[in-house]
Amino acid sequence: MKKTILIVDDDMDYLFQMKLKVEQFGFDTITADGQKEAESIIETVRPDLAILDLMMESDDSGFILAYKIKRMYPDVPIIIATAVTAETGITFDINTDENKQWIKADLFLDKGIRADQLQREINKLLKI
Amino acid sequence: MASYKVLVVDDEMGIRMGTRRILQNFKVDYPFMDEHIEYIVLEAPTGEEAIEIIDREMPDIILLDNKLPGIQGIEVLEYVKKKLYDIVVVMITSYASLELAVKATRDGAYDFIPKPFTPQELRSSLENITKQLFLKRMTQKMNKEGRLIRFQFLSVLSHELKAPINAIEGYLKIMHEKQFGDNITSYKDMIDRSLERISGMRSLIMDLLDLTKIESGKPVQHMQSVDITKIAGISLDTMRPYAIQKDVDIYLNTKEPVMMEADPKEIEIIFNNLISNAVKYNKQGGRVDIFIHKDNNKIRLQVADSGIGMTEEEKSTLFQDFVRIKNPKTKHITGSGLGLSILKKIVEMYHGDIDVESIPDQGTTFTITLPADNS
Repeated sequence: MKKTILIVDDDMDYLFQMKLKVEQFGFDTITADGQKEAESIIETVRPDLAILDLMMESDDSGFILAYKIKRMYPDVPIIIATAVTAETGITFDINTDENKQWIKADLFLDKGIRADQLQREINKLLKI
Repeated sequence: MASYKVLVVDDEMGIRMGTRRILQNFKVDYPFMDEHIEYIVLEAPTGEEAIEIIDREMPDIILLDNKLPGIQGIEVLEYVKKKLYDIVVVMITSYASLELAVKATRDGAYDFIPKPFTPQELRSSLENITKQLFLKRMTQKMNKEGRLIRFQFLSVLSHELKAPINAIEGYLKIMHEKQFGDNITSYKDMIDRSLERISGMRSLIMDLLDLTKIESGKPVQHMQSVDITKIAGISLDTMRPYAIQKDVDIYLNTKEPVMMEADPKEIEIIFNNLISNAVKYNKQGGRVDIFIHKDNNKIRLQVADSGIGMTEEEKSTLFQDFVRIKNPKTKHITGSGLGLSILKKIVEMYHGDIDVESIPDQGTTFTITLPADNS
C-alpha cells in the first residue's frame, strides 16, 4: 500500500511543487496550507510522514505542529523544511539533548533541497 | 543552575570565612527567573588583591570593607566605577561615617551592611541585590535585542525575497524537464503563478524603496502647498486598472480642492496604500469610497471599503513590518506586508493619527488625520 505524506506550507506554490515531487516519488499526499488546517487533518488521518514549513501563521507554527503530531502519533517521522536557517543564521541542531527535548522533528531540510536528496531522506525515515 | 560570583574584600579572615559559609548552600529564586541562582565566593584580604581578582574574574557582586591595610575600600569602588564594570558593590563596614556613606553612595555603592552582621542579614541583602541585578541584566538584554530588530527585518526581508524566487525556479524546473509533456497549455497555471509571484516581488521592492526613503534618517521632504483631492485623483487613476480587474468601483466623493502643507509624493504613497488595500481586500462588485475633509486645522482622509473586513485580533497586528493577515479569505491575495507599516511611518512623520474601523465581511474604514499646517 502507498504511504501517505502530509505536506504543510502556507506558500501555495511551494505546496504544489512539493506535492508534485512527493507524488512522483510514488507516495500519496495530503496537503494543508497552514497549522490550523493541518491540525484538523491529523484529527482523522494518521500520515506516514509529515513535511512541515516552519513559519506559517506564526514564526514557530512548524514546531507547534510537530509537537502536536508527535503527541498523537509518536512514530510518525517529521521533516521541517525551512528557509529560515540560511537567512537568519539561526541554526537548529536537533542532535543536542537540549534541543531534542523541545524540537519534535526528526530532520531539518533546507527548502532548496534537490529532489533526489529529498527522496533519499524520506525513504530513510520511512525505512524503505 | 546559574551562579553569581561574590567577592568578599575584608582583611578579617573571620568575615571572609563566615561569608563563604553563609552563602554555601544559599539559593535565590524569583518568579521571573526560570532557575535558582547560587553563589561562588571569592576572597581578597586587601584592596590591591581585590582589583586583581575583579579584572580577572569579573565578579557580579562585591562585599567591600572600607578599612583595609593598603588602599581603602572606597578606592576599590572608584576603580569599579571608572572601569564601568557591571558589578553591584555593597559596603560592609563597622564604622560608617556619614561622609563615607555619602561618598560611597555617590560612587555607586548599592547598599551598606553593618559589621558584624548575622547570616540572615547577609542573606536578605544578597537576595535583594540578586533580584535587582537579574532584572537590570534582563533589561539590558532586551534593549540589545531592540537593536537587533533591524537585523531581524533584514532576515525576514531576505526570506520574503527568496520565497518567490524559489517558487518561480520550481515552476521553471518543472517546465524545463517537461514534466507535463510538450504542450505549453499544460503549464498555464504555473506560468500564471510565476507572473503573480514576480509582480508580488516587484511591489515588495517598490515598498522597500518607499520605506528606505522614510527610514534613511531625515527624509528629504518637499513640503509645498498641495491639493489633497487632486493627489487622491492621481492615485485613483493609478489604481483604476487593478480595480477594474477585481470588479471594484472606486468613488472620490470630495470634489473641491483641499489644501495642505505636505510632500505630494508622501501623500500619494498614503493614498496608494489605502486604495490598493481597499481594492485588494474587497469582494467582487464591491466599492471603495474616498472622502477628504478639512475642519479647523485638521485634514481627514478617509478610505472606506465594502470588503472582507477583519477581526479585532487581526487589527492589532496590522501595522507591523511584514505582517499579513492570514485567513482563508486572504489566501490568494499577495502583498509585501510592508504597505501599512510604511503608511504608519509617514503619518507619524506628519504627527498624524490613523484610525481603523472594521467589521468582518462588511468592510474596513481607514481614517487618517493630519495637521494641515506643517511648516
